[in-house]
This record gives sequence, structure tokens and C-alpha cells, in this order.
Amino acid sequence: MIEIKNLHKSYEIGASSLHVLKGIDFSVEDGDLVAIMGSSGSGKSTLLNILGMLDTSDTGTYDLDKIRIADMDEKKAANYRNKFLGFVFQSFNLINYKNALENVALPLYYQGVSRKERQKTALNFLDKVGLKDWADHLPSELSGGQKQRVAIARALASNPKVLLADEPTGALDSKTSLEVMALIQKINNEGKTILVVTHEHDIAKMCKRIVHLKDGVIVEDKKIKQNVIKNV
Amino acid sequence: MNSLKKIFDRDTWDEIFESISKNRTRTIITSIGVFWGIFIYIALAGSATGLENGFDDAFSGLSKNSMGVWVQRTSIPYKGFEEGRYPVFKLNDVDYLKNRVPEIQYIAPGLQAGAFSGSPPLVVRGLKSDNFNVFGNFPVYAKISVINIFDGGRYINDDDIKYERKVAVIGEGTQERLFNVGEDPIGKYIRINDVNFMVVGVTKFTEGSGFGSDSDITIPYTTFAKIYNRGDQFGFMFISGYEYVNPNYLEETVLSTLKVMKTVSPEDDRAFGTFNIGSLFESIIKFTRGMVFLSLVVGIATIFAGVIGIGNIMLIAVKERTNELGIRRALGATPGEVKVQIVLESVFLTIVAGIIGITVGAFLLFVINIGTSGLEDFPFTNPTVPLTIVFGAFITMITLGTLIGLIPAERAVSIKPIEALREE
Repeated sequence: MIEIKNLHKSYEIGASSLHVLKGIDFSVEDGDLVAIMGSSGSGKSTLLNILGMLDTSDTGTYDLDKIRIADMDEKKAANYRNKFLGFVFQSFNLINYKNALENVALPLYYQGVSRKERQKTALNFLDKVGLKDWADHLPSELSGGQKQRVAIARALASNPKVLLADEPTGALDSKTSLEVMALIQKINNEGKTILVVTHEHDIAKMCKRIVHLKDGVIVEDKKIKQNVIKNV
Repeated sequence: MNSLKKIFDRDTWDEIFESISKNRTRTIITSIGVFWGIFIYIALAGSATGLENGFDDAFSGLSKNSMGVWVQRTSIPYKGFEEGRYPVFKLNDVDYLKNRVPEIQYIAPGLQAGAFSGSPPLVVRGLKSDNFNVFGNFPVYAKISVINIFDGGRYINDDDIKYERKVAVIGEGTQERLFNVGEDPIGKYIRINDVNFMVVGVTKFTEGSGFGSDSDITIPYTTFAKIYNRGDQFGFMFISGYEYVNPNYLEETVLSTLKVMKTVSPEDDRAFGTFNIGSLFESIIKFTRGMVFLSLVVGIATIFAGVIGIGNIMLIAVKERTNELGIRRALGATPGEVKVQIVLESVFLTIVAGIIGITVGAFLLFVINIGTSGLEDFPFTNPTVPLTIVFGAFITMITLGTLIGLIPAERAVSIKPIEALREE
């Protein structure tokens, strides 16, 4: 599904340059659930942003579902993001004046799906994350866990190939974190490829594979026995 | 192309309405600038028109290119004549002058007792008496100066001239001073210098008509000439040109023609006196034109300021919405779609604020019109703004709104989505 070869990325900071990614080789199989771990400054967020086409690499190749992601203008990148990728953020990033249903329907709007279809699909996904009854609530009326579930529903709504989650449980307490990870496992079990960036070991252990980043290189990449969450 | 198509997409507008209606404070503050601009503009332009119409009304009692000319003393010796001579108008000069100056429409020779010529005669009715200016006029006078007669009366007519009838048209002030309240003066007699005249009409006094007062008495020219022994001589005439004639040209031509007719030096500026309603009127027209121009300049400037205000607040709004726009772009909004949304929001706000401004401005003019319609001293009538000007202002507003909206729109997409998302 994802194929990355010799990826480099550096940021110009004034006169000096900061080499963040120093040659990443990395691939993800269809239906995998990968945790990307590393301390702050290890380059894990940069990698995720490049995977999410929110940022570009300096050198190296990136193929997403056999499509070469390179030399894209903003417009093309936006279309690819919309079609191929779903994002889940630490700070939820819901639009605060739109209710849960409208938030979930937004990526469909940018896909050009008709209004009726949008509403129907969005409601389906809200149902899937267990928030059908909260459809007309604003984000400010939802708890942190509910917000993240709405965000996950939104990320799924456009039926992306890959779900990218950046510290999805970073702003949640441990019980709610479990709920959200249980949902992520459920979606993964249905076949969706998911990448989770986290620095919490117990969260990482709920995935199927852990990739360790340190100082811009992958230091460890191993399959693990998934800690499956039951009875939340 | 794709983003342009979005302009006509109902969903785009739903997004815009949502963004506008759910950020009410921002929307209101943004709109006030443009609302105020167009409101001031409409109010100013309307008032200028009202003033113009008001002056038009005030001068409607007079032909706009009319003039008066009268004899004075010559000041330059000419062709054997000494200075200090009084030229004299004769009745057959009237036709002669009219033939020589084809721009003239009407000439009304006039005789006066009082006013410019001697003391006003004593007029008696029963126990009441007073001094009034008495004029001897032809019916044509009413074609130059609009004379309004109260119901039941009439002005001097051709038969009065022909038969030298002793009839009089009196002013409403004359009626007040010579007749009892509620008494109908028509058909009653008044004594002017011990000669009895029958009152045939009472004139309504029009403010600003320029001539005479509310208490003048007019009798037939021929009657006047006979009683006061004027023969065919007179000293004043009232002239009006055709509508297309420039009043200043008329005045010059009449004067130079008269100088030739009366053997007066072309350089002699004292031999005849004139006044010119047209030039008076022209300066007022210039004034009101200046007002209209001023209102245009001030109005456009205010609209400009208002639209710049919209741009300003949209810039702040874009900054405020950095995170939201970042989310939209992460979810697949292209830069074009984001730009279209920001520009359309700006244009939409401009249009709505503009329409409200026009409506409220028009309402204000309506109220002013009602408030001033009864006031005769205040030259203000029918304050309207031509549709072309309204449309012009509207188009200007939309154009400026679009252009100014492009600045925040450009700013919105210049931030990388990744940076926008980090912003909280």
C-alpha cells in the first residue's frame, strides 16, 4: 500500500539547516496497523505529514497504492488527500461552527457528492462510531472522546485507502483512549490500513507493528502480538 | 475552471451562508463599513438632487432666461448728443426690437407708479387706505412671470387693453389691507389717485419670483398710460428668450441693439439698467452641480473606505480561521476552492450590506421629503437618486469587494496546510 525509499527531509532554520529525515526506507502492507514511535524531534510527525501529502520530501520516492506521489501542485495534492487519505489529529480539528454530521460530511462535499448522499453517508459513519444520536451537536457540546470519534468518522467518510492518526489519544484520558483505540482496531479489522503516530507504549502495543524512529532514521521495525481491546 | 464553476453551486453558497451566519459578530462588523458608505452616498446624492429640485421649484415662477431692462442716463457724449440724456422707450420699439433679436420670445413693456418711478399712489377703499405700487401691464407679462390668480378672478386681458378699462388685479397683501376678512374683493371698487377701478383678480404671491411684492396692483397698460399721461413712452420692459437661448447672450444682444436704436455709445454702460434672472439662476445651477459632484466624491470615498474595511476584517477573519481553512485543505479543499469561498464571502457581505444601505438611505430621503414637503422657505423637493447612480455605486462596490477579497483569499492559501493545522 505504502512504499517509501530513501526519503530525506531538512528544514532551513535561518542560516543552518536541520536534517529531520535521513533516509527512510519503509513500506506498509494492505490492512496493516502500524505504530510509529519516537521521542519528540525524532521526525515521526514530519514522516506522517509527508505520508499525508501535507508536506513534501527533498529526495526519495513515495508510492501510495502504486501511484507515484511526486511533483504535485497544491490542487492535485488536495485531490489526492481527499481521495486517498483520512486524517485524525491529536487536537481533533473539527470545525467548531459545524455540527457533528456536517463535520463528517465535509470531505464528501469536497468530493462533489450530492447533498442527500452526503447526509446519508455521514450519518452511516456517525452510526459506525456510535454517535448517531449526537449528529446535530456542535463539537463544543461533545466530550473529548466523542470529538475524536467524530474526527475518525470524518476521516473514514471519504473511504480513503489509508488512515493517518497523529497522536489520536494524546489529548484523552486513559479510559477514553482505550475506547478510541478499540474503534481504530475495529476499523482495521474491517480491512483499512492505519498508521498511528504515538509516543505511548501501551497505545503502540495495540497495533500490529511498531516502527521506532530516532534522529531521523528507523532504528527498529518489528511485528508484535497485538494487544486486542475487549469489553470497553 | 473547476473552482469558477463552484460560484454557481448551491453547496458553495450553503457553505458561505453557514460561515456567515454562524460568525454573526464578525459578519455585522464587516458589513457596517459598506452599509455606512453606501448609506451616506445615497443620502448625500439624494439631498443634492432634492436641493436642485427645490431651487427649480422656487424659480418655477419665472422664465429661466428672462431679463428686465430700463432706461437710465447716458454717461458718454455720442453722435452730437450730450451726456446725461434720458433715452426713452416707445411702444413701436417693442416690435422693432423683437424683429432685430430673433431669440426673444416675449416682450412686456411696463409702466410703474411707485417702485422705480415716483412715490406709490394712495389707494382707498371705504374707510381703509394705503399706498401701493401700481403697474401698467400687458397680458403678455403673465407669460414671462408666472402669475397665479385665486379662483374666481382673472388677469388683465386684451379687451382691457383695447377699451382702456378701469380694472385692477391686486395682490393678496392688498386684499388683506383694503378688504375685510372673508370679503370677496372681485367686482368691488378701489380708488387709485381718485379714480375708481374694479377689482377683477387677486394674485397669489410666489416667494422668489423676483419681482414686486405681495401688495402690488396691476392695471391695463393703456389705462395707466392714459391716466398718467405717458403717451407711447415707457421706461421698463421685461423680456424673455426662447428656452434654448443663453441668458447672458440674450442680455448682451438686447443691450447692443437698444444702444443702436437709441443712439447711445456702445461703450456706455450706464444708459440702460438690466437684471438677468438667467445668470442668477446659472450660479445656483453651478452651486447645485457642485453639490452633486461633492456628494459623488464623498460618496465614492466612503464606499471605498467601507470596502477596505471589509478587506481588513476579512484579513483578520482569515487569520482567525487559519485552523479551519487548514482542516478544509487537509480534507481535500483545493486552494481555488478556498479562495472562491473567501472572495464570495466578501462579495456577498458587500452586496447585502450595500442593499441594506441603499434601502435605509432611500428611507431616510423619504422621511426627509415628507418632513420638508410643507416648508416653503426650504428649497428641497423630491430628493431622489437616479438608478444609474445607484447601479454605478453597486457595481463599484462589487468590483471593489471582489478585489479586496482577493487579498485575504491569497493570504489564506499562502499558508501551508500543515502550518495552518498547527495553529490553534
